[in-house]
Amino acid sequence: MNARTESEPTAMKNRTTVEQKSDRELVVTRTFNAPPRLVFEAWTKPELLKQWWAPKSTGVTLLSCEADVRVGGTYRFVFGFGAGEPMAFHGKYVEVVAPSRLVWTSDEDTGGGAVTTVTFEEVAGKTRVVVHELHPSKEALDAARASGVEAGTLESFAQLDELLASQRA
Amino acid sequence: MVQYARADLDASFAALSDATRRGVLERLGRADASITDLAEKFHMTLTGMKKHVGVLEQAKLVTTEKVGRVRTCKLGPRRLEAVTDWIERYRQLWDMRFDELDKVFEQLKRKEKINER
Repeated sequence: MNARTESEPTAMKNRTTVEQKSDRELVVTRTFNAPPRLVFEAWTKPELLKQWWAPKSTGVTLLSCEADVRVGGTYRFVFGFGAGEPMAFHGKYVEVVAPSRLVWTSDEDTGGGAVTTVTFEEVAGKTRVVVHELHPSKEALDAARASGVEAGTLESFAQLDELLASQRA
Repeated sequence: MVQYARADLDASFAALSDATRRGVLERLGRADASITDLAEKFHMTLTGMKKHVGVLEQAKLVTTEKVGRVRTCKLGPRRLEAVTDWIERYRQLWDMRFDELDKVFEQLKRKEKINER
């Protein structure tokens, strides 16, 4: 598929690429200037996850973040969307291999049953992170586009834009 | 934000899943062309090219017009940007997350340096 986008490379910043591999798979890739040990830590410690999973610039806040990162352990993230109803997302960790691999499932009700596999690969002292999101069906991916936290986040940009525009008018 | 109907997005993704069809779009982005031209450029039979153009036409990425015996193809009302729009926004979300994550690493590295002293 050619539905692939990249950010502008700059001297400081590594590129984030997204590729739609099939009608139910999305792959996000990025390299970080840190060893896998640190990168894995940032993906598995709730107090660190809180610092980056819901960036301020998106207008979304992470109200609570519980993650029991071990095989069979569960997670529960609650997001706030401005004045909108908070949304809770939960699921289970299926594979936890420090510092190279992390697999979790999302609950069917709130996350559409997607399986997310994250691999951390050392490349010359840096870490290449690949996030592979596999949805159970094409319909499930479509639904996630429309109602998942990503959709919520993206919608909140749009709502903010509209709000600002209406206030200016 | 413009909303794109899901069925339309699906048709677009299906149309774009083929390298020849992506090539055809690229070419039509430069100039209109007849099916015969396109078939020649992509070393393909007329029938084969007609099929590809048909898929692109259904996805509204291409429109065709028959004048006399020649069917001319041009870019349709839906542009590639519309298709990649959702993915681009999705990418931006991860990009913002990862920018924050970079800051977390700076902080962790600083802490480790202090502890080493």
